Amino acid sequence: MNTTRLIIVAVGGQGNLLASGVLGEAALLSNIPVRMSEIHGMAQRGGVVESAMLFGDGESTVISDGEADVLVGFEPSETLRALKKCNKNTVVVTNLAPLPPFTVAIGKGVYPDLVRLQELIRAKTSRLIAVDAMELAKQAGSSLAVNMVLLGATMQTGKIPVSPENVKEAIRTKVKPAFVEINLKAFELGFAAART
Amino acid sequence: MHKLLAGESARRMFLLGNEAIARGAVEAGLAVGATYPGTPSSEISSTLFEMSHESDLYFEYSVNEKVALEVAAAAACSGLRSMAIMKHVGLNVAADPLLTLAYIGVRGGMVVVTADDPLMFSSQNEQDNRYYGKLAGIPVLEPSSVEEAKEMVRYAFELSEKVHEPVLFRTTTRINHSTGVVTLGDRQPVKTSGDFTKDPFNWVPIPAVARNLHVKLLKNWVDAKHLSEMSPYNFTEGGGWWGIICNGVSYNYVRDGIKDLGLEESVKVLRIGFSNPLPENMIKKFLAGCEKVLVVEEGEPYMEEAVKAFAQEEGLTIPIKGKGPEVLSRLYEFDPAMVRKVIANYFGVPYTPPVLPDLSDIPEIPQRPPNLCAGCSHRATYYIVKQAAEGMQTIYPTDIGCYTLGILPPLAMADYLLCMGSSLGAGCGFSKATDKKVISFIGDSTFFHSGIPGLVNAIFNNHNLTLVILDNGITAMTGHQPNPGVDMSKLNLSGYGRVSIEQVVRGLGVPSVTMIEPFKIRKSIEAVREALEFKGVSVVISTQICTLYAKALKLDTKRVFKIGDKCKGHRNCIDQLGCPAFFTKDGKIQIDPGLCTGCAVCAQICPENAIIPAKD
Repeated sequence: MNTTRLIIVAVGGQGNLLASGVLGEAALLSNIPVRMSEIHGMAQRGGVVESAMLFGDGESTVISDGEADVLVGFEPSETLRALKKCNKNTVVVTNLAPLPPFTVAIGKGVYPDLVRLQELIRAKTSRLIAVDAMELAKQAGSSLAVNMVLLGATMQTGKIPVSPENVKEAIRTKVKPAFVEINLKAFELGFAAART
Repeated sequence: MHKLLAGESARRMFLLGNEAIARGAVEAGLAVGATYPGTPSSEISSTLFEMSHESDLYFEYSVNEKVALEVAAAAACSGLRSMAIMKHVGLNVAADPLLTLAYIGVRGGMVVVTADDPLMFSSQNEQDNRYYGKLAGIPVLEPSSVEEAKEMVRYAFELSEKVHEPVLFRTTTRINHSTGVVTLGDRQPVKTSGDFTKDPFNWVPIPAVARNLHVKLLKNWVDAKHLSEMSPYNFTEGGGWWGIICNGVSYNYVRDGIKDLGLEESVKVLRIGFSNPLPENMIKKFLAGCEKVLVVEEGEPYMEEAVKAFAQEEGLTIPIKGKGPEVLSRLYEFDPAMVRKVIANYFGVPYTPPVLPDLSDIPEIPQRPPNLCAGCSHRATYYIVKQAAEGMQTIYPTDIGCYTLGILPPLAMADYLLCMGSSLGAGCGFSKATDKKVISFIGDSTFFHSGIPGLVNAIFNNHNLTLVILDNGITAMTGHQPNPGVDMSKLNLSGYGRVSIEQVVRGLGVPSVTMIEPFKIRKSIEAVREALEFKGVSVVISTQICTLYAKALKLDTKRVFKIGDKCKGHRNCIDQLGCPAFFTKDGKIQIDPGLCTGCAVCAQICPENAIIPAKD
């Protein structure tokens, strides 16, 4: 089978590793070959966390620049920073709720304009799905469920060779029981928001 | 029960490389494990430590890598299967026992894990530890995938027992922190009780003994070479007149590259997983069937140089390349597109590179470097020392830990660093080489690891320096592992001792010892100023629990602060502390209540007293 390459970028604490872990379990349930690598050395110190997931044939666990089929950004400026991983056929999913780095507060940088940011991503890729994942996560019952909203939106791209049912099944097994309902709701809200 | 203990044989699990390595060790009947934590190896140790609470495994966090290796060596000498786990630079610390352990050898299988870090995601260098195998004369194994890592760890114990030598199990970050589908195997019964037979003329390498032991080591090396020639981890695949020799994760990029370029019929591959001793005959035979050879290995030209020497012995003049301007770099890690391009260029086949997006019109994106956490006590200590040292010409030798992040503005409190413990040794040197005030910083775990000898040296040689020990009660950077200063009862673990840093420092006879609580800013500045004025060795111990660890222990019950009406925008809070809880919105300074931990450091430095507790 073909290889599908997915990059997820997030800020430490946004739950990227749980989202990619759920997707990996879902692939295992679907009997789809899956490999992943993550860079999270300083995640808890506010740095960037990157997961590379590869579904289907192949051996590598790293995705080169220009070779991602899907890019998911949990934070808008991080989506933009990861654009080098994309090509004109890439589908991009981004959260629109910013988490400005502290460098902005100390005057060492300007946060990019969100409208311009979306224009730029649209111009350079095949499709952009932009959702306010923070708003939808709160609707689902917890601001911590941003990761599941974006996972739902990612499944709506139709690019990931795993069924949404298996993703939901993996959420039930991977997420702490007390948070399963909120996470499933967040997943559904993201899935629906990305359709429109 | 731990998921890796509960998992029955033949079950398929989606595991992190480090979890797979831990499971492999448990399947092999590991009895004694010891470690000093270090990324990217840390999860091997934390997984084994967790499992040790529910199984026959003994696992310890040792004070440093040297001690960890010695603990494992004695267990292996007593006939038990043992493992020492460390990051690549940790093996520098453990190199002393390792090189003589090779002479002495082992009875039970012993595996030394070295987790190398090409590209230095979380390290101060990217040294290639395969050379330690060569230096010590012991076998080196290198997996290419998560699945293979688990199987190879099991094999490593068997190999160690066959050649009576410790085996170096060398990973890279992309093995440790990759996740893949792993099929669990049977767990061998664990031999937990060792026996030691007195045999000093084999176990005590005085010169007369060591001369014999070196002969034995070379014999073991010949046995290992024979096993390397037959090892299933060294294999050839594909066919054609071009050849690629590769190892580790490079093998994955080579396989994908050959497929993408449609070269399955033209390029054959020799994958080396047992890389010391190299399978000389196998390599020579491979070379004899090639017109042109490429060696693909991250790091140093370890295999390339050996392969060229083998070719010379065989009188082969075929082109062999690996590192060089037109081929591969000794720098950083590889990626699939890079390897694909090099294969295409080297063998002269058509290649279409990926079309990268034109990013020339992308605005500059603000950097997001890792930062000391909101409420981190290190930030407070750095602020205090900076204020206390105002007007002094200072040098700040620093050390390895979260507090190295103090390098960033606005704190900028890190001037020189080599390795674990270097804040003290280098501090001694600066105090003699310059007339500046030397203020060294070291964390609690690093102090125990290798700071104490430097402090002893400073006292003995009467150096003029102030040591600030940042005691946050845990080994924070690598994910909250225990160290000898940790109160293990807070982790509901019994049977541990506890070493007081203050007692150690006072016991060494340090003439000036100052204890501070870093969240009490004014009082601490006064106390530190006195310590800095002391001529000779002075030590400041700054004690405050790591804020993330406190959260994990559910000890954080402090009130959150906010910016009140009195704010006149001096920005001291932002410009002098750089706490990530602060942000500006519409020109106004604000505190993110989700990040604020209530340390109140900012409230104490605000000239308008405008930072106040937020009412619930």
